[in-house]
Amino acid sequence: MTMSIEITQEPPTHEDGEARLLIEVHDLVKHFGPVVALAGVSLDIQSSEVHCLLGDNGAGKSTLIKMLSGVHIPTKGDFFVDGKPVNFTSPRDALDAGIATVFQDLAMVPLLSITRNFFMGREPTRKIGPFSFMDMDFANHVAREEMRKIGIDIRDPQQAVGTLSGGERQCVAIARAVHFGAKVLILDEPTSALGVAQTSMVLKYIHRVRAKGIGVIFITHNVRHAYAVGDRFTVLNRGRTLGTFSKQEITLEELQTKMAGDKELQDLSDELGGTV
Amino acid sequence: MKKQINIPPTAVPVIDEVDERVSRFSMSRRLLSRPDLGAFAGVVLVFLFFGITASGTGMFASDGVLTWLTVTAQLMIIGTGAALLMVGGEFDLSVGSMIGFTGMMIAIPTTYFHVPIGLSVIMAFVVAMGIGALNGYIIVRTRLPSFIVTLASLFMLRGLTIALSIVFTNRTIVSGLKEYSDDSIVSWLFSAELFPGFFQWLAENDIIQSLPNGAPSVSGIPMLIVWAVVIAVIGHIVLMKTQVGNWIFASGGDANAARNVGVPVSAVKISLFMTTAFCATVYSACQVFEFGSAAADRGLLKEFEAIIAAVIGGCLLTGGYGSVIGACLGALIFGVVQMGILFTGAPNDWFQVFLGAMLLGAVIFNSSIRKRVTGEH
Repeated sequence: MTMSIEITQEPPTHEDGEARLLIEVHDLVKHFGPVVALAGVSLDIQSSEVHCLLGDNGAGKSTLIKMLSGVHIPTKGDFFVDGKPVNFTSPRDALDAGIATVFQDLAMVPLLSITRNFFMGREPTRKIGPFSFMDMDFANHVAREEMRKIGIDIRDPQQAVGTLSGGERQCVAIARAVHFGAKVLILDEPTSALGVAQTSMVLKYIHRVRAKGIGVIFITHNVRHAYAVGDRFTVLNRGRTLGTFSKQEITLEELQTKMAGDKELQDLSDELGGTV
Repeated sequence: MKKQINIPPTAVPVIDEVDERVSRFSMSRRLLSRPDLGAFAGVVLVFLFFGITASGTGMFASDGVLTWLTVTAQLMIIGTGAALLMVGGEFDLSVGSMIGFTGMMIAIPTTYFHVPIGLSVIMAFVVAMGIGALNGYIIVRTRLPSFIVTLASLFMLRGLTIALSIVFTNRTIVSGLKEYSDDSIVSWLFSAELFPGFFQWLAENDIIQSLPNGAPSVSGIPMLIVWAVVIAVIGHIVLMKTQVGNWIFASGGDANAARNVGVPVSAVKISLFMTTAFCATVYSACQVFEFGSAAADRGLLKEFEAIIAAVIGGCLLTGGYGSVIGACLGALIFGVVQMGILFTGAPNDWFQVFLGAMLLGAVIFNSSIRKRVTGEH
């Protein structure tokens, strides 16, 4: 027995209605000294799609997204954003190109207020004479408004982020990225530490973000979560892509098998009666 | 078009409603999560205490007030720097040595090599902030705890101060600066007393006491206090009202998170170390111009006093939380208690006992505040 959540799929809001290619990478290779973390990965992300990146620990998911987000510089390979070749040397470059990453630590400071976190690194300023001040009224207003859109009943935008639940924090981090004009959103295991209700809150929100025309890269261990919102699935194994599949091409079970490296987990799953 | 998402049976489909388990934030709770609340309560307490025990001792007469305000102002200057740095997630233990070092840097070139006093002061500021920047640079590059790096600076600077004083002057106390500094702008800047006419008038009208020779017991507002107020006000505004302030909170709260969203964490931290060095130099300049001398052992243990003021003021040792106002209140508590004990005639040793107890109380109180703010249990 499964209970289901219905999600109304809103039509894509971008002008032409056609999926546009946002990011394309070819044969991306990354070495850390003698260690080959990525041995040639190709991937493309379109607008209005949730592209799931699946793979076991050590498959190279983290390395890949760190290159997409400018944290690591690729050893070899081509990287195109909107069809133009790019060379990111810092996270700032990626942000400027519209690629925002929500890392597992969420880049949130629990002690700071929602407002201060929301605008961290991109504070709105207001000039008074020669001096530049942070525009707190505006920042509080925007933070409150954005929280309302997510459906978090915000009691006070100046309350510390530490008082929010895990799912709420995840949503705030995503909302922040979207607010600052992300065209591509990279979500690093956004549901890994969450309970069921919290997970469904985040998955719903991912779905809404997708409807805005944003391309979402959703990294996860959990094939169920991926299959719930994903349009395409790329499976990584030992630094290589095992392939990219659209939802029509692959079932949940097949995806599970692919991700497990085709063997052990499937055996285990059979042993335990198909529950892994 | 509908799309089905299959999730396990325990899911709660509706999650947008208000969770009744989360109590609403009341004003009182918001007030309670202010970092400087404890320090404010402390100020009220010490004033009540000494208002009763030290009444009639002259502690609250004009010249008595000036003595504890002087201690407070000194500590406010370095406490503001320490608070900003602690919010930014670091410590600076070299503040005390920096005070001794910069004092000598102002005194020796002028008295022994006849460098214009203004130039000596500028050089002292430049070198101090350079050393601060070096401290910060080493810390952000090596990612070593600032505790260790600045502990090394503490010893090196103190040693250098004594060694170089002996090399250049063959002594560790350099006096006679007054004859070079009188009438100079820098001397005015660090040791003038403002509004003497006003205080004269106050004394003539018996609003403040007069000395037997008719001069007012307080002849003006010392520049030390002006510096303290200006530095504290600027520090407070920068921390609470500017973009840089948000960067300081973010760098101290979680440096990695801050870096990931584009906060220039290294630049922020290096600037903060330069700020504490700047504050230490202001402190020593005020002292040097007031006494007309410098000594190699000046500023001993001041780094701890600065940190104590910041911690009493609500700064967390782990960074990301605190306030300049709190540090100033901490400095006030420090000044009132230190001088109050003198005025009441109690043995001065009790001051240290009180200080230690106060510090412990503040740290315990702060960690409970922190739990309240972040909702940890």
